[in-house]
Amino acid sequence: TLAERTNLAGVRHILLVLSGKGGVGKSTISTELALALRNAGKRVGILDVDLCGPSIPRMLRVQDSAVHQCDSGWVPVFVGQDKAIALMSIGFLLERPDDAVVWRGPKKNALIKQFVTDVAWGDLDFLIVDTPPGTSDEHISTVEALRPYQLLGAILVTTPQ
Amino acid sequence: ECPGTGSAQAGRAAACQGCPNQGLCAAGAAGPDPAEAAELRARLRAVRHTVLVLSGKGGVGKSTFSALLAHGLAADETKQVALLDIDICGPSIPKMMGLEGEQVHQSGSGWSPVYVEENLGVMSVGFLLSSPDDAVIWRGPKKNGLIKQFLRDVDWGEVDYLIVDTPPGTSDEHLSIVQYLSATHIDGAVIVTTPQEVSLQDVRKEINFCRKVKLPIIGVVENMSGFVCPKCKNESQIFPPTTGGAEKMCQNLNVSLLGKVPLDPQIGKSCDRGQSFLAEAPESPATLSYRNIIQRIQEYCEQHHFQEEKIM
Repeated sequence: TLAERTNLAGVRHILLVLSGKGGVGKSTISTELALALRNAGKRVGILDVDLCGPSIPRMLRVQDSAVHQCDSGWVPVFVGQDKAIALMSIGFLLERPDDAVVWRGPKKNALIKQFVTDVAWGDLDFLIVDTPPGTSDEHISTVEALRPYQLLGAILVTTPQ
Repeated sequence: ECPGTGSAQAGRAAACQGCPNQGLCAAGAAGPDPAEAAELRARLRAVRHTVLVLSGKGGVGKSTFSALLAHGLAADETKQVALLDIDICGPSIPKMMGLEGEQVHQSGSGWSPVYVEENLGVMSVGFLLSSPDDAVIWRGPKKNGLIKQFLRDVDWGEVDYLIVDTPPGTSDEHLSIVQYLSATHIDGAVIVTTPQEVSLQDVRKEINFCRKVKLPIIGVVENMSGFVCPKCKNESQIFPPTTGGAEKMCQNLNVSLLGKVPLDPQIGKSCDRGQSFLAEAPESPATLSYRNIIQRIQEYCEQHHFQEEKIM
């Protein structure tokens, strides 16, 4: 079936990390969760859909990496001690790390759809999706693009105040 | 990057390739409306100084700073201050200003801001929600529409300082506010950060955004810069500046460091309670830092105005 041939066909569970509020530790938790799951022997991927402020590459020390294409789409960057966590972030597509991604909603939506469907994730137990703060374009587009697949659920991160 | 749906290049620039809006923009459907620009100019004519509070990074204290800047400037009763909150998804200003539950009233001359003091008026999407937990799940174009309404339909009256609090990022809200405010004059942007590199890397992008849209940068504020224990007076770096903090970044990028503000748990408490931290903790080192920074911003704006008048 078409579903079997998609890049997400081999992903068993998808987890969204959300907040609403900025700066509470979404990217930090996404990273630590991925590392902990990997430590427990799971196959893990991270999709960083924070287009304006992608933090995951630096947190996993791969901010200078580039991404390549293969027949089925983009090849994720493999990170972590055993290079076994698959990561995709817009951070990898910037020519210079300080370049601002100054895009309006429609262009962000187009890239997110591509990120969701065109990354060759392979077989994963968990795909963790890190999101930016808010409830806007990135969130709507990500949920819409992921709807046909096994969305395990969302983890919400906050601070006490 | 997107040239702007209102620009002459809309739909025709290289960056437009692949954007789902391209057809719409190229057909001129999103083109600039001269009548609208004239309306905004008229509405904002009585605003003397406009300051944008930006970051790029979330949770660094933009809204906290915007609220305190507003309080600080309004302490001079002869000045009229306006605080506009364009964070549509996460409006923090109503709570921080003690105005939760307030509603916006219409008058003959437009929407009336909600007044904290006689000389301090506030506008936020928060006032338009029926419940504070209602999520505003809007895509860019709808957010842009509300921001335009805030500028066009709110009767601010004569304003000495218009402070605009923004959400994190470099997207619709930021492009729109710069576009719409080009009808008037923006004195500049204050950029807020915290000391760690994960924040600075987003803030550098924001600085580049300002340069791209030719928005002058008044300077950078480093929040959460150290913590002094009230018991033992020992100082700790809760968010260590592993790459030199805002100071090094400002040196490298040739922008002004307006000041560093230490962590003080009273700040969060005052925000939660809708009180002015400056008034509740006048002796705190953080208050001293904030006051110095506010004064520098005031001096920048006044000097700017003076230079403009000289030119004219």
